[in-house]
This record gives sequence, C-alpha cells and structure tokens, in this order.
Amino acid sequence: MIGNWFGVRPLALVEDAAAKAAPSVRSGRSAAMAPRRLGTHPVLQFCVYTLLPPLCGFALLIGAWALATGDESLFPTPWATLEAAIVLFSDPFFVYGPNDVGIGWHVLSSLERVGVGFGLAALVGIPLGFAIGRYLFVGRMMDPLISLFRPVSPLAWLPIGLLVFQGSDPAAIWTIFICSIWPMVINTAVGVQRLPQDYLNVARVLNLSEWKIFTKILLPAVLPYMLTGVRLAVGIAWLVIVAAEMLTGGVGIGFWVWDEWNNLNVTHIIVAIFVIGSVGLMLELVLVRVAQAFTFEDVKS
Amino acid sequence: MNHNQYIEVIGVQQSFKTKKGPFLALSTIDLTIAKGEFVTLIGHSGCGKTTLLNLIAGLSTPSEGVVMCAGHRIDGPGPERAVVFQNHSLLPWLTCFDNVYLGVERVFGASEKKHQLTQRVQATLALVGLTHAAHKRPGEISGGMKQRVGLARALAMEPKVLLMDEPFGALDALTRTKMQDELLDIVARTRSTVVMVTHDVDEAVLLSDRIVMMTNGPAATIGEIVQVDLPRPRRRVDLVENSEYVHYRKAVIDFLYTRQTYVEKAA
Repeated sequence: MIGNWFGVRPLALVEDAAAKAAPSVRSGRSAAMAPRRLGTHPVLQFCVYTLLPPLCGFALLIGAWALATGDESLFPTPWATLEAAIVLFSDPFFVYGPNDVGIGWHVLSSLERVGVGFGLAALVGIPLGFAIGRYLFVGRMMDPLISLFRPVSPLAWLPIGLLVFQGSDPAAIWTIFICSIWPMVINTAVGVQRLPQDYLNVARVLNLSEWKIFTKILLPAVLPYMLTGVRLAVGIAWLVIVAAEMLTGGVGIGFWVWDEWNNLNVTHIIVAIFVIGSVGLMLELVLVRVAQAFTFEDVKS
Repeated sequence: MNHNQYIEVIGVQQSFKTKKGPFLALSTIDLTIAKGEFVTLIGHSGCGKTTLLNLIAGLSTPSEGVVMCAGHRIDGPGPERAVVFQNHSLLPWLTCFDNVYLGVERVFGASEKKHQLTQRVQATLALVGLTHAAHKRPGEISGGMKQRVGLARALAMEPKVLLMDEPFGALDALTRTKMQDELLDIVARTRSTVVMVTHDVDEAVLLSDRIVMMTNGPAATIGEIVQVDLPRPRRRVDLVENSEYVHYRKAVIDFLYTRQTYVEKAA
C-alpha cells in the first residue's frame, strides 16, 4: 500500500532502527571469525580496543589539519581553534546586547526552536501516521501528498513561513515542523501496517474494547517504529535549524555561524561545527536509549 | 438445549478470493460435537483444518452454511470460544500474568473485584505450573512455557469451548509429550469441550474422543471419523501396548498415508 508511493525509503528507515537497537551484533561473531587480539588483561584490552581507535581517529584528523594549516594560512590551526574555544566556553552565558550573547544562549535558543517545531510535528505527525496505517482511505489519500512534499528542501519552506507567520522565529519553527514531520508520519504508519495479524486475532477472541486494543496492543506494537521516526525527525530538525537560522537571524547557533563568517572569525565557525556535532550526537544517544527500552521480542510465525 | 449437539457445523463451504479466481478450501462440511467432547481435526497440510477451526472460532465466516454453538449462530469471535494459537501469540510487552489478566478482566471484570480477578489468574497459572514465571515477559521464558501461558490465557476465561490450533506443533518432542499429559489432566478436571487441530497421529489418538480425518484440499471435506473408545484416564505408558490403541492408530495412519497420500501442490 504505502510502499508503492514511498518507495524503499521507509524500509531503510526501519532497518536502521533494528541495527541501532541490536548493538550485540558485533560481539556475536564466531570465534573463528573474530579478529586477532593482543594480550588478555581486561584493562589492556579496554585501552587498546575501546579507547585507542577513536583517539587515533581524532589524532589523524587534527594531525592532517595541523599539517595543512600554517601561520600565514587563512584557515586557523588546531591550537588557535582550541584557544578560541577555551575563551568561548569560559563564559558561555554572557549577554552584551540583543545579538551579542554567549555560545550557550545560541545553543539553547536553537534547541528551543527545535523542541517547539519538533514537538508540534510529533503532535500532528504521530496521530496522522496512526490514521494512515489504520484506515486504507486515509492512507491512499495522504500517500501522494507525502511523496510530493517529503523530498522538498527545508529552505524552500522558509519563505512560505515568513509570508504566513510574518516573523523570523515562527518561520524557523515552521521549517523544522514541516521537515521533521515526515519520518514520524511514515514510520508510525509502517508500524501500524506491520502489526502482526496474530495480535489482532487475540484482540478479537478476547473481545477487547477499542481503548484496550489501542493501549495494550496497537501502541506498544507501534512504539519502536514510532521512536525510530522520532529519532530521525530530531536528527533532521537539528540539521535544518542551522540552515534556517542562517537566513532568519536573531539568536541561535546557525545565526552565530553566519555572523562569525561576516566577522571573518573562522575559529569560531570551527568551534560551532564541533558544538553542533556534539549536541546532535547527544540527542541521538538519548533517543537510542529510549528506543531500546521499548523494543520487545516479536512473535515469530 | 441438546448436549449432544453443542457445536453444529451445517453444510459449510469456505472459498477464498485469489488472483486466479475463487479457491474452494472447504466443501460441504457437516459435523456435530457434543458438550464435553474432545475432538481432533487431522489431515495433511493445506487440507483446511485451521480454516474449519477459524470458522468455529468466528475469526472468519463461512461462504455457505452455518456454524452454531449452544443453539446460537456464530457470527464473530468471543471469549466463550477461547483459542490457543499455534504460535502462542502472547503480547511481548506484557508479563505472563498480564497476558492472562487481559482476558480475565474482559470476561469477569464487570462482575468481580480486582483481587478476585487476580486470584483467577494466579489459579490458572498454577494449573499450568507457571506460578514462578508470572512476572516474566514472554521473551524471558522457553517455548513450552509460552505455549502454557497461551493455554492459561484461554482456560482462565472459563470458555465453553477450547479451540486449539496445533498448540504443540512448534515444541520439541519431549516438551510436547509433557504438554499433552498436562492437557489430558486439565481437560479431565475442567470437563471442557475441545476442538484441536493436529497433524500428530499419536497426539490425536491419545487425547481424542473422536478423530475427524480430512481429505486433501482443495475442496477438502471430512473423509472419515474414528470414535476412540479408550477408557479414561488415559496413561501414555499403558497405551503403548494396548491393542485397541494400536488399532486406532493404524486406522488413522491408513487413512492419511494410504488413501489420502499427501500430494505437493503445484503452486
């Protein structure tokens, strides 16, 4: 049904969830296949196999960066960037003027916009996903619209927001809303459609009320799919906010990046990239934890 | 109400729509089951055993004919005809207790207080020997235990009829044997009317009062019915050398493997 219009993408989104929810895959490798390991002491093993590889990755990045940049380069060196970061983070919450505030305020106001836009998208998107999955008519009605609007770039929605809401802040929130709603709609709908017939038969034999079916069967069965949608939506929202704020201005990490570009303060832009990445990573980690808590073994037929 | 005609299947036909046109799964089934009787449906894969069971459960409605239970026409599923599903179908997010409670609450919730409902669930879990696993989730227990929870969920609703669709089909031979003995014991105590789908000849002879043998599909129907007059309580060990048991077993095997040889359908 829904797959015809949405193509392969919902499947890919769902499988992504399964991979994230099963971190044990790596340790499940057979002994013959396992890579050769040095030493047996647990502390040594931890240092060599858990700490060392990511440290090597960062060392490689910073090493290449240091080699490529010199004193006369326009691009700042790692040390210059670190010094700038230390100054920035020593007082992240200063307020010198309406647009001249600490990096902490920029991050917080971006998170606030993402929270509002994403929250509204969840309020609309999740019930819509249930309706699409449960009622064939609604599904067929919404399929072409979703297929048409989902691939549209976030920034194309921004002028519409500016026009309708007459303000930069609501326009940014609108952009977040419209871009983060699709994964939640699609994943919730796919979850409802994949509800095993066995569970519905149980509901029919036990003659459960609609409310009981919803709370005891539909909601728990769809929850893992829904949470995958939520995770993807938050990821998209965090991607989109930087671009949206670059155009709308005000206070926010995206605006700050653009402002520092206008000041030709490249060290701050690099710091911002690391901050944006770290915040995105933390959002992702929290939501993966939540998703794992609500994933149960399915009935195998 | 006539106790000898508790469940009546009258002139039932069942056809399904497929891409190649209608497919006749069952043709002219007539069957009467008495109250307290244990009937098994046996036949090769695809002979419509489960289709017939689903009709009695009310999960599907016949294309032709009627199915009656206790003098009323069956027009949908209901807790008075509890089903034990082939793959247990427990809800993985609920504990064993809560899985059983769900049905009990629906059937007795209006007339009994909460502690009475809890007692019912505990008593049924004790009946299937699962008191210790009450607060585990289905993912944390073995296949045999899950199937016992499925049985408990059905039994706890005190159904008039217990419908079982190859309940032990997915279990290993030793667990299956144990479950069959427990079922014999439970049915003897609860005096339930049972309709059970199986493809295991020994299981059918051990448990049944009557064995309904079905011809191969499509357009499957009842080929023959064997009345099993072995005395109860039945004990597996005693039956192995019982000449009557051997006779019934041979009758079923003869039907299944000589007259209704399984033919692989060209798909």
